Amino acid sequence: MQLAKEVKYLIHKEVLLEWRSKYTINGVLLYVVSTIFTCYLSFVSLGDKLTWNALFWIIMLFASINGVSKSFLQETKGQQLYSYILASPAAVLISKMVYNVLLMLVLTTLALGFYILVFGTYNDTDLLMYYLAIILGAISFSTVFTMVSAIASKAGNGGMLMAILSFPIIIPVLILLIRLAKNAVDGLQWDTSYDEISMLVAVNVVTVATALLLFPYLWRE
Amino acid sequence: MSKTWWKVLGAILVLYSTVGGLLIGVPRLAILNETIRNLYFHVPMWFAMITLFSISVFYSIMFLLKGEDSYDTKAVESVNVGVVFSILGLITGSFWAKFTWGQFWSFDVKQNFSAIAILLYFAYLILRNAIDEEQKRAKISAIYNIFAFPMMVVLIMVLPRLSDSLHPGNGGNPGFNSYDLDSRMRAVLYPAFIGWSIIGFWIYTIRFRIRSIETIANTPDYGEVKGVRDRFVTNENQSTTNENKQQHN
Repeated sequence: MQLAKEVKYLIHKEVLLEWRSKYTINGVLLYVVSTIFTCYLSFVSLGDKLTWNALFWIIMLFASINGVSKSFLQETKGQQLYSYILASPAAVLISKMVYNVLLMLVLTTLALGFYILVFGTYNDTDLLMYYLAIILGAISFSTVFTMVSAIASKAGNGGMLMAILSFPIIIPVLILLIRLAKNAVDGLQWDTSYDEISMLVAVNVVTVATALLLFPYLWRE
Repeated sequence: MSKTWWKVLGAILVLYSTVGGLLIGVPRLAILNETIRNLYFHVPMWFAMITLFSISVFYSIMFLLKGEDSYDTKAVESVNVGVVFSILGLITGSFWAKFTWGQFWSFDVKQNFSAIAILLYFAYLILRNAIDEEQKRAKISAIYNIFAFPMMVVLIMVLPRLSDSLHPGNGGNPGFNSYDLDSRMRAVLYPAFIGWSIIGFWIYTIRFRIRSIETIANTPDYGEVKGVRDRFVTNENQSTTNENKQQHN
């Protein structure tokens, strides 16, 4: 009960901070929009569905690395010490993860809207299933990158370590996501994708569980 | 002698599987022909790698619980040896692929995912280089090691099964289990698994002892800093020094 209270309070704090400055959300949104526009100027039109799908996920990968890695890397040592005194490590981690999931959901939804506006969609695309893939993607990117950004921030030099540490970990998730999204673009039946969906859920459960077990050791310093 | 029997066992098993793997009869199959013997050298490399990475995760967990330096040394040395075995696994697989699939590297899912799994452990080693402070380095790298291990398992064992692959046992291709039913192959393969794992473990213990001696040598005035040396002296050495003392008495 104490944990739920702390998590609620911390999420409120994160959202409030973001709402006052609107730095992360506007920054990443501008990043996504300008990347999509640059892609549009260089590709003009995307020939096939495979490229359409892959390009979207590559843009999302870099956008979410930029967005989520801020969660721990941006905080000063004083801020970290302050939340260390006030809340339990589990509450800090859960609140960051939930906040990042919310942030990524907003961002990816807007990004998909703009992407479709620029590049259009295909007739047989199952948009509902594509949106499910995006929701799962937002959740998995947030959980993995939150933990890795915590590791990178404790290790000192953030930016490069973040990329080196997170890419090998995110690749299996990304491959599953791209496969699920491709099924959606091709308009396949839902039951062909149950494997991918259940694997993604399982990977997320494992990630969150190990992160919750390990984070207290990392947080204590 | 009681402590060397497993080393002898490992050496004998590897020797047996090498000689037996080249001489004992194998089923005659199209395309594969004699390359089926690569099974005895390729698969045990991955088996030894998984063994060593599991040891590494075990000692990373132990480090987080107990906080002793020697556990960190054990974790990183087993990763070092495991990475060597994984590279050997990739090389033996590539040579086999050259003769059966036609190319050393045909961007098969199994090949790609194994390469990414190795990247994961290179990232672990780079993370260690990035941190100067020893206790901090040990703790953060232990956390990353444990966090990355489930992903490595997903990459190597789960994902290839979900997609089409040329590799035996995946994507509708029959696994080798259906070939070695005549049990001649099993009689070589299983000893090879155990033998190579033991050899990998042996190399790791030697690496650990070299690193421990280096640590002791680099610690200034270790005689005066109480406890630093004791952490790296294994039980084996302690018992022998006790025996020496008793003999002197």
